[in-house]
Amino acid sequence: MNRRNFLKIGITAGGGLVLGLEWLSSCNPAGSGGAEAAMQTLNAFIKIGTDGLVTIMAPNPEIGQGVKTSLPMIVAEELDVDWKNVIVEQAPLDTDKFKRQVAGGSGSVRESWEPFRTAGATGRQMLVNAAAAEWKVDPATCTTEGGMVLHKASGKKIAYGELVEKAATMPVPTNVKFKEPNAYKIIGTRTTNVDLKTIVTGKQKFGIDTKREGMLYATVVRPPAFGQTLKSFDDSEARKMPGVSNVLSFDNKIAVLGRSTWEVMHAARAIKAEWQDDGTLESTADYKANFNKALEKLPEESKRKDGNIKKAFASAAKTFEATFECPFIPHNTMEPMNFFADVKADGVELHGPIQLPDKARNTIAEKFKIPKEQIKVSMTRMGGGFGRRLMTDYVEEAVAISQLAKAPVNVIWRREDDMSGGYYRPMALYKYKAAVDANNKLIAWHHHSVGISGSTARENNFPAGAVENLQVDVHDYKSPVTTGPWRAPIHNYIAFAEESFIDDIAHNLGKDPVAFRLELLEQAKAKPVGKCDYDPDRYAAVIKKAAEMAGWGKPKPEGVYQGIGAHFSFKTYVAQVAEITNVNGQLKISKIYCAVDCGTVINMSGAENQIEGAMIDGLGHAMYGELTLTKGKPDQSNYDRYRLIRMQEAPPIEIQFIRNNEAPTGLGEPGLPPVAAAVANAIFAATGRRLRSQPFMNTGNVFTVEKKAEV
Amino acid sequence: MAVFNLTINNEDLKVDVDPQMPLLWVIRDFAGLTGTKYGCGIAQCGACTVHLDGNPVRSCSIPVSAVNGQKVVTIEGLSEKGDHPLQLAWEEMDVPQCGYCQAGQIMTAAALLKDKPHPSDQDIDNLMSGNICRCGTYNRIKKAIHLAAKGGQS
Repeated sequence: MNRRNFLKIGITAGGGLVLGLEWLSSCNPAGSGGAEAAMQTLNAFIKIGTDGLVTIMAPNPEIGQGVKTSLPMIVAEELDVDWKNVIVEQAPLDTDKFKRQVAGGSGSVRESWEPFRTAGATGRQMLVNAAAAEWKVDPATCTTEGGMVLHKASGKKIAYGELVEKAATMPVPTNVKFKEPNAYKIIGTRTTNVDLKTIVTGKQKFGIDTKREGMLYATVVRPPAFGQTLKSFDDSEARKMPGVSNVLSFDNKIAVLGRSTWEVMHAARAIKAEWQDDGTLESTADYKANFNKALEKLPEESKRKDGNIKKAFASAAKTFEATFECPFIPHNTMEPMNFFADVKADGVELHGPIQLPDKARNTIAEKFKIPKEQIKVSMTRMGGGFGRRLMTDYVEEAVAISQLAKAPVNVIWRREDDMSGGYYRPMALYKYKAAVDANNKLIAWHHHSVGISGSTARENNFPAGAVENLQVDVHDYKSPVTTGPWRAPIHNYIAFAEESFIDDIAHNLGKDPVAFRLELLEQAKAKPVGKCDYDPDRYAAVIKKAAEMAGWGKPKPEGVYQGIGAHFSFKTYVAQVAEITNVNGQLKISKIYCAVDCGTVINMSGAENQIEGAMIDGLGHAMYGELTLTKGKPDQSNYDRYRLIRMQEAPPIEIQFIRNNEAPTGLGEPGLPPVAAAVANAIFAATGRRLRSQPFMNTGNVFTVEKKAEV
Repeated sequence: MAVFNLTINNEDLKVDVDPQMPLLWVIRDFAGLTGTKYGCGIAQCGACTVHLDGNPVRSCSIPVSAVNGQKVVTIEGLSEKGDHPLQLAWEEMDVPQCGYCQAGQIMTAAALLKDKPHPSDQDIDNLMSGNICRCGTYNRIKKAIHLAAKGGQS
């Protein structure tokens, strides 16, 4: 471990100690991202008051994934203070102090594990050194506990708060030792969300709640269809409406500004706009036809090629095929897009919900030719992200409007604007083909897919590594519909497709679906083929655990059926068994069991909440989620026509985490991908019906059994 | 435009607005109480739930002109010290993820408990299914309601 620490020390106005820790860490979390991750630098900021209260900055944006609680827990653990004496503050964007201020890729805890522990442990060692110097004893004979340094031999003890001034004058310790996991008092506990009180009392501010002196509310009329531009508009009626102070046009859009949210939303409806297009607007049916056509031939280059699938299919004893359709889905964060911007001659203030604040600043600097140093960004707690707030389109709009209006503005999207505003999970089509030899061993796998603007494969994920002949072929389809990352991008659909297909193959071969997966993982372990992102043992362990939790393979009461799904994403292994009960022909998901290996669990309450929420999210979108287009225009724009999962549809869930001391891995996303397959495979077990496209509700009432088909 | 006199959380508020303006926006932009949230504007998600004379209503779909002297209670006025049994239960169960929908969830649940102090799972499903939680905290919400119904004893 080559870690160089630089410590900046200062005394606060109130006499406390400020530790600004900066370091370059070469600690690379196992297997993640190579040189780039190795160079990842991070910075934490701890303030220790003379009163013993410790303020820990939470640098990463909070979208509901819990990092405002879990990251400071890591620092507090190594610093060895009582959690009740910790105050957590949301840090603004400051790339000098905090290097990775990102909410995305389930990466906050993964990337911060080493540097945040180092921050805490360095702080603790400094305080120990200060106490030891005071007492004239060897620092190694001192211990810490709950914000105190203790010297057991002499019975002396002193609070951190009393040591801060002395500590500030001492050299910075290097190569500090971390706690042993069995000594943890904070990590692994059930710790409640640091913003709980303000949330349940309605005092928590989200971006949409931002209001400043002289600020105008604004709402924007955008082209109704993807591929359209603004031809002309008449705002005479809107301008006369109460509360409206201005109407202005920019970038093929029209903004209405005024004194209150509803007044500008109401007036926006009175804008008469004419839109134009080049006559090539596409509908959902066009995409389906064009996708099918695209899959008639292979792309020039494969994304991955192991062995020779052509030969393998030619010599196969049996082959299998399946096609899966993936619809567009919007993110639908409960808090619609919004952002506050105040553009002045000497700088820009930006405040609001954003998963990538640094990207927002860079984009604004470039697009509006404003020096980066003059742009201040602060982040609000977000009413959901799911990937939508990795985009900066809504920040750019707010800046454009504030600049034109010469006023501070909060630009608020109506739900209809939000749902029809794009950046969807891309629509895609997948064709899988597989083959077994005379011994029923899986010898060939072909992934062939097409999707809009981006990749549709995770080519180094299971079953890659377990199959001798494997090929991944991907086509990119260009469309004016904007698409982007949606919680567990690509994983969120291929887990359904691949885990359903594997289940199908297992049933056709007369193999138990759990045993078949374990057999494949055994192959990947014994004789791995090509690059493979996962550890077959950890993968197999969650499958075995979920099966054990659900009593897989054991006799079940009449009318109870199970299905399994497993997936590896963001370095985390998740397996789920869905249980379906048939009550007089009506099927109900009676329970879903879930086993997770995410390494060390930081906050047990938060971790369970993330996994359970992700499963309900994944189930809801698999069941009901679909956005369709007619001539480029979304057919759904609010919750009357776009169905989200509700309480009565959320099944009971039981979760277990594999206990180990591995470095923590992703949690915000990995719980989602396996659920659709687990449920679809359970539906197959109950009805004999294979689900091949989402949303499931389009297949008719999948929860009604007419008769049990022969399996 | 017309003048309306409202009582929100026992405080009087006089506003001069379009009679069609939904109560939600009077609460948020004119009373400055932002705990009540905008989610859909068409009474489908429940984020804007407040009590009107004790009954849970979707404030996004009630014009201010229809409020007519009825008492409005928002999440900020549910309890004086943030210690309504549901608020305490929400804390105990660590319910929220993003937190945006939770005020509406709590306001709907509070009205439910007034009618049915000891609701069954079915009662909770029936009444709470008008409130969307995009993060999927439904099971914790249900547990928190049961906990509050039992007087906080789990």
